[in-house]
Order: sequence, then C-alpha cells, then structure tokens
Amino acid sequence: MKNPAIIGQSIPRLDAPSKVTGKAIYTDDMKLPGMLYGKLLRSPLAHARIKRIDVSKAKALPGVKDVIVGADTPGVKYGNWRLVPQSQDELPLAVDKVRFVGDEVAAVCALDPETAEKALGLIEVEYEELPAILSVEEATAEGAGLIHQESKGNVSLVRKIDYGDLDQMFAKADYVREDTFRVHPVQHAYMEPCSSLAQTEEGNRVTLWTSTQTPYIVQCLLASTLGLPENNVRVMKVQIGGGFGGKMELRPWEFCAAFMSLRTGRPVKFTLTRHDELAYGRRRHPMTIYSKVGFKKDGMLLAKDFQVMLDGGAYNAMGPTATFLCGTFGNMLYNYPAYRYFGRHVYTNKPPASAMRGFGAPQAAFAAETQMNMAAEELGIDPIDIRLMNAMQTGDVIPDVATISSCGFKESLEEVRRISGWDQKRKNKTPGKGLGIGCFSFISGGVFNWFNTKYNFSAAEVKVFEDGTAQLAVMACDIGQGPDTVLRQILAAELGIPIHKIRLISMDTACTPKADLGTWGSRVTLMNGNAIIEAAGKIKAMLRPVMFSELDLNQIHDLAFEDERVFVRANPKKGMDFAECVYKALRGREGEPLTARGYYTPRNKGLVSPAFSFGAQVAEVAVDQDTGQIQVEKMYTAHDCGVAINKMSVEGQLEGAIQMGLGYALMEDLVMDDQGRTLNTTFLDYKMPAAEDMPPGESVEIETYEPEGPFGAKEAGEGLAIPTAPAISHAVFEAVGYRCMETPITPEKVLRALGKIK
Amino acid sequence: MAKRTIELIVNGDRYELAVDPWRTLANVLREDLRLTGTKVGCAQGDCGACTVLLDGRSISSCLTLAVEAHQREVTTIEGLAPSPDELHPIQEAFVQHGAVQCGYCTPGMVLAAKHLLDNNPAPSEAEIRAGLSGNLCRCTGYNKIVDAIGAAAKKISDTGKEA
Ligand code: FES
Ligand code: FES
Repeated sequence: MKNPAIIGQSIPRLDAPSKVTGKAIYTDDMKLPGMLYGKLLRSPLAHARIKRIDVSKAKALPGVKDVIVGADTPGVKYGNWRLVPQSQDELPLAVDKVRFVGDEVAAVCALDPETAEKALGLIEVEYEELPAILSVEEATAEGAGLIHQESKGNVSLVRKIDYGDLDQMFAKADYVREDTFRVHPVQHAYMEPCSSLAQTEEGNRVTLWTSTQTPYIVQCLLASTLGLPENNVRVMKVQIGGGFGGKMELRPWEFCAAFMSLRTGRPVKFTLTRHDELAYGRRRHPMTIYSKVGFKKDGMLLAKDFQVMLDGGAYNAMGPTATFLCGTFGNMLYNYPAYRYFGRHVYTNKPPASAMRGFGAPQAAFAAETQMNMAAEELGIDPIDIRLMNAMQTGDVIPDVATISSCGFKESLEEVRRISGWDQKRKNKTPGKGLGIGCFSFISGGVFNWFNTKYNFSAAEVKVFEDGTAQLAVMACDIGQGPDTVLRQILAAELGIPIHKIRLISMDTACTPKADLGTWGSRVTLMNGNAIIEAAGKIKAMLRPVMFSELDLNQIHDLAFEDERVFVRANPKKGMDFAECVYKALRGREGEPLTARGYYTPRNKGLVSPAFSFGAQVAEVAVDQDTGQIQVEKMYTAHDCGVAINKMSVEGQLEGAIQMGLGYALMEDLVMDDQGRTLNTTFLDYKMPAAEDMPPGESVEIETYEPEGPFGAKEAGEGLAIPTAPAISHAVFEAVGYRCMETPITPEKVLRALGKIK
Repeated sequence: MAKRTIELIVNGDRYELAVDPWRTLANVLREDLRLTGTKVGCAQGDCGACTVLLDGRSISSCLTLAVEAHQREVTTIEGLAPSPDELHPIQEAFVQHGAVQCGYCTPGMVLAAKHLLDNNPAPSEAEIRAGLSGNLCRCTGYNKIVDAIGAAAKKISDTGKEA
C-alpha cells in the first residue's frame, strides 16, 4: 500500500524555531520562587569504607537550608532491572561504603550555589581506604576483594547463548582464528549537563523537571526510593539537550532534589558541571572481547565462540542490558550454524558504565567486524564478498532470538561497494591510503521487560476537535532525535490533517497515557508510532457512524481520511470536511470528547526486538607515515532503516552518528590514573570531533518495508554509530598495515606498528 | 568583595546591575536578566554554547566577566530576530536545513555564524567549518549546520538585507 504523502517528507523540526530563538526551556533555565541550589559531595577515593561523616559545620553555615547523607534517606536501592531485585545495587547517597571516585556521599542545598559549594567543603568525612580494583582482570582474579558483598568474583551478571554444535562445527572448519580485542571507554558528551529541579506540593507530592530520556522510569524509581506511591511523583516535560543513553536511569541528584524539596518545602535544583560529567558520569563500557571464529575455505561461516567481559564500573547501571545485547550483536549480522556467547558484567572501582548509543553493539562490532576483515584477508576473499556470502536476509532466523522480518543488508553491501568505488580503488592502491568496511545491525526497541512495567510499552492518546485540530498525548521523550515531530507526522498521516494542526503534549507522567519506557534502544518511532496508529484507528471508528448515516453509505464503502476531508475512497466527492465530521460526532455524543487511546507492546517477537535495521559503511582514509596522523577522507554509508518517516531527521542521525563513531575510533578516550581518577575532564582534553574534523559523506538509504513498524519504519538512529570504528580501523590497516586490536586508533600506535617509535 | 554597578546594553535594552566582580557574563545574562537562551555547556571556554556577541564580536560569555561588558553592547540569541514573528535568515536556515536537534548548541552556533557572516559574507565551506571551530555539537555531525550557514549567506547577499 502507498504511504500517505507526509510519510518520508523532510519536515523541519517543529521545535526548531523555539530552539533557534533561545526560547526553548531546558531544566537549568528554570528558576522558581524560593528555589534552593543543590550540590553533591562526592568520594575522592575509588574504594573506601565511610567511618564517620560530620555535617554540623556545613549545616551551621548561614544560607544552608539542608544537608543530607545516606543515613538520612530511606535507603532504598534502585536500578532499572526491577524484575531482578538483586541487580538493584545503587543508593542515592552512599551508606557505609564508596565504590568509585565520584560516588555521591552527601548533598547540600542553600540559598545560592556559592554557599552550597562552600558548605560541601565543611563536611567532614573520614574514610578507611580499601584497595581499588581498576580492571576486569584484577576484579575476577582469584582472591580479589569484593566491591559488592553479594557478587561473587565481582561478577554481577552472566549471560549465555548457545546453539548449534560448536565443537563439531569448529572441527569441520578449514580455517579457525582466535583473537582478543580491547575497547576503551568514551562518554556521551551530550551538550547539556544534567540538571534536575524538584518542587513539592500538597505535602508529599513532587514534581520533577529533569534532563532525562526515561521520565516513566524516573517516576517509578524516584517514588520507590522516596517511599512514596508512584502517583505522587510527576515528571514533566522540559527540553533535553541530548542523551545518547546517558540519561536513562534514576540519578542521585534527581533523588536529592526531590528529597530535599520534601524536607524543606522549597523547590531545589541541582545542575552538574562539565567536570562532574566527564569525571564521574556514565560512559560506554570498556570490554575485553575474546572471539574464536571458524570458516570453510570458501568463506562460509561455521561457528563462533564469543566471550566478553564488560568493565561495568561500580554499579550495574544499564550494564546488564548491555551484557545481554552484546551477545546478540555478536551474531546478528551473519548466519552462524553454531554460536556461543559468554558475557560477564564485572564490577570495578570506576564510574559506572552504562548504555551509550549502540548499547553493547559498537564494542561487539568492533571485534566481530575487525575479525571478519582479518579472516577475509587470510582466506584471500574480498571483505565485501565474504560478508555477502554470510549475510542475514529477510526471513532468516537468529536462533532463540528473532526472525528477521525485513533486511536490506545485502543491498547495503552492494550499494556501499558501488558508491565507494571499492573494486577499482582496491585494484589501484595508493600507498598510505586505504578503504575499510564495517557493518551493523540494530534493534528497534527491546521486547524484554526487565523494568517489569505493568503497562504497555508505549501508549498514545488522541483527541480531535470540531475546529479540525487534534491533540496527541504521549509520554515519549524528545531528547533531540525528533519524535515530537515524527510522531505528529504519523498522526497527521493517519487522520489526514496537516501537522501544524496537531498539538502535542509529551513526556508528562501525570497527564500522558501510561506508559512509555523511554528513549533508548531506538524504540520510540516504532513503538509509539504503532500506539498512535491504533489510537487514530479508534478515532476513525468513532467518526464512521457519522459518515454512514449522514451520507447514507453502503456497507461496502471504505472511508479515506486525507486533505482534511473524510470521504468515500471509491468516490472522493462523497464526503465532508474532517472538522465538520468531528463536529457532527460531538453533537451526537452530547459533547463527550472524542478521545481514544492506543497501545503497543511487542508480543511473540522472540527475545530481543520486533525489528532489525542493517547497514554497511566504508571509510576512506589517508595515513601520514611520518606522523601517524589518520585523515578520514570520506565516509560512504548504505543503510536500511525501513521506510524513513522524516528523511532529513534520518540524515541528521547518520551525520551525528559519524561524528560519534569518528570520535570513538580516533580521538575520544577517558584516561584514568592508577587511583581510579579520570584525568581528562574538560573538552580541551576530552577531544571530540569539531566541524573541521568531519569528513564528507555519501549515503544511500535502502528502503525496505518493515511489517511491524508504523508505515514500514524501523530503527534509524543508533545503529549507525556502530560501523564507523571498525571501518576506519580496517581502512588504516589497508593503508599502512597496522591492525588495531585495542582502541582507540592513535597516531602513536600507528607509528609504533610502523617501527618508527618504540 | 564589594559588588560593582555596571551598565549593560543587551539586545538594545539598557540595564543597570549590581554584580559581584567575579561573576561571568553568561551567569548574569542567565540568572539576573533571565536571558536563558545563552547556554552553558562547559563553563570552561571549550564548547561555544555560551557564545554571544560583544560589540559585534563573538565571545564565550562563560569566560568573560560581566564587569568587562560594562557599557558595551551585548547581543544574545534572544536579540537576533528582527521581530517577534520573523526569524533572522541564519535562524531560518537552521530550521529549514535540519541544523537543530537537541538545540543546546544552537544559540551559540547561530551567533558564531552571525559573527562569521558579518566578517565574511560569502564564506567557503572550509571557512564556515573554521568559523565553527569553537563550537561543539554532539547531535548533528555539523554538516547541516554548515549547509544552513552557507544558505543563509546566500540569502543575505541575494536580498541585500539581513531579514
Ligand atoms: S559554556 Fe562557554 S564555552 Fe562552553
Ligand atoms: S543539536 Fe544537540 S548539541 Fe548540537
């Protein structure tokens, strides 16, 4: 079926005018009467017992209104895996023990930020230092101390996947290789530092404006840590300055703002600094990845044994999900007759790692795709050919995981080969230059319910009015990726009304329908889009009787909703204005509003996701053999995101993903000392690509139609962050023969490999 | 330290303020004048989110003391559009070209672009990129921002006026 014209259009973001004029309001822009300013005291040590805390001097400082430590709080542990209570290992403020440099120990609120800061300096904490465990190897070594008493061997979660006869397949293989890869930590580096503002009303109700990607999760976990009913907490809409996975949990400053607001009866705001973010904030998991893979000599894959240790830092955060997904990303691109995954989430005394754009996939793909290139090289097969031979296709099954319902992977490979001039350039090689390939597959949201919500995963409420406008209420959360526009495009397409006639209410846990699990795992367009379509369908069903009785239609007639009209599809002249139709329906209902709700929860969709996107990317690089400098000259991408709802937004996702992928591959790294302190805590030292660092790009969208997605759409934002690092790494190998097994790819490593430095 | 009385001319409006001498211009704009369009992404001079124009030149307002702006003209993002229902061509181009995602870098980007085009009305792509060297964006990959600035330059020179 043909999609309505508004689907696929490059409609400029509806929130853009408010953002270019400075009117858009982010949390830290808010100031309420009587508001207090909060600050956090953090642990200076990576691992220590708290012997004594004395806050009396801080409390006595004029202007200080409240000081709290762990013992003052209800002491309820939290974490996003509510289904597995023992995984909930975090407290808003440390009790007894601190586990990383930056662990929150106390909080202060005062009349102004300077007084709050001063008060922090007056809090006396006596620590008994414990040995800091700073690597997964130390953490899992025999006799290592325990970071959390309950977690034996410092492993908090194990995930196994096992199918096919691994031993038999390896025995059959003509070519087997084993490699170990190490990938480093990077940070989301969203431009808006986290900020939260809480206000209490009517005694024990709390309203929270907060920089989050998961308002519903924050609502639930905040309520439980405060010891309040869920309904007493309202998380409200505010603009969010980026998230990328770094803002999807309850955070200590959210709790402290709410808790201190309840205690003082005044609004309390916390805003982090960039130093806080870089030094203590969430990050992408460093991993140690062992991979053994077996092929027939013609390049057919037979088996893979994938063993991963995730360096989780001091708490689980979203690490369990990353551990789970990493195993799935290890085999998502190609058909493996036998596959085994053994993933371990390991505690260390470092700032917790968590979800970050790709959720375990950038790391898994760096190893898996690099190894694919190594195998192709040794088998004497073109790296694209070997991928084509093994690539997933529509209808393929990833055992125990999913059936792929749409897949444009092979087409992506063919396209990227064509646009990059792959064959010619590989034939006529220039020294110091190279082309490299990396591929990806990604999920469109998760089917798992570790949060243990009792609600649908996504919900939408649609209301239509006699002036021909509509209102859409969704809990979905725009953190910059664009659902405030895209979701309205979907409703506009369904109701046949212009997008500017739809008012949006989003991200308000008190008055948007329950629930929405938030913005992560590339779930919003597919899941919320489906909920909107269901709600719109119910509205149309309410309008149907008006049409049939007013126009005396035959039972066989089908109605169309287009161009602000409702009409008989076979006879467009027969119809009326949408506004008139709504008016008539309202008349008949004695004013009872025309409101409908739609829901979406993936069911019978395997264990991972209802839909999967695919793609391939080629990097063209030049390496200066004297300095080791790597210049990415061009990026070529072909990807299958199903039907793009908003083309310009999809392009924006791709371009933004390349910025992040480039930074991951070449520039960004969180450097730590042997005390567990992060050393590069400014953007001068934490280098991410600026405008001049960005290579030109060329891209092709492979349109498939995803049957599970709204108008055929699926994931388009996250997966693209995956292929860039392996593609660049491969290109560097092709250029100068250096194969990076331990990211990032730095000039120093290149020069060492070339024997130019020791 | 005693407060200083300063006079700021912000977006054409004159304000007399008593401020602590250590306070930054970004802080005074945001907290005292409530012009919160000026964003603070780092407060360290590294990200450009706090860019404003001081006597027409782009500066990082997080690195500038409010007292330094005494009796000088400050333009913030709120002062760029010619009227409440019109956008400046740079703002318009940012909207139309998809140069805005989360929007946190946007005010700074727009004002950096304004400075650039005031000094170089027909910049090459490389000059635009160089002109943004002090401004970080984590969402867009910059390409659409660069396109938008190129388009705005053209529009301004075609119409011969700023809006
Ligand atoms: S906030 Fe001023 S440069 Fe970042
Ligand atoms: S649009 Fe988000 S940082 Fe630039």
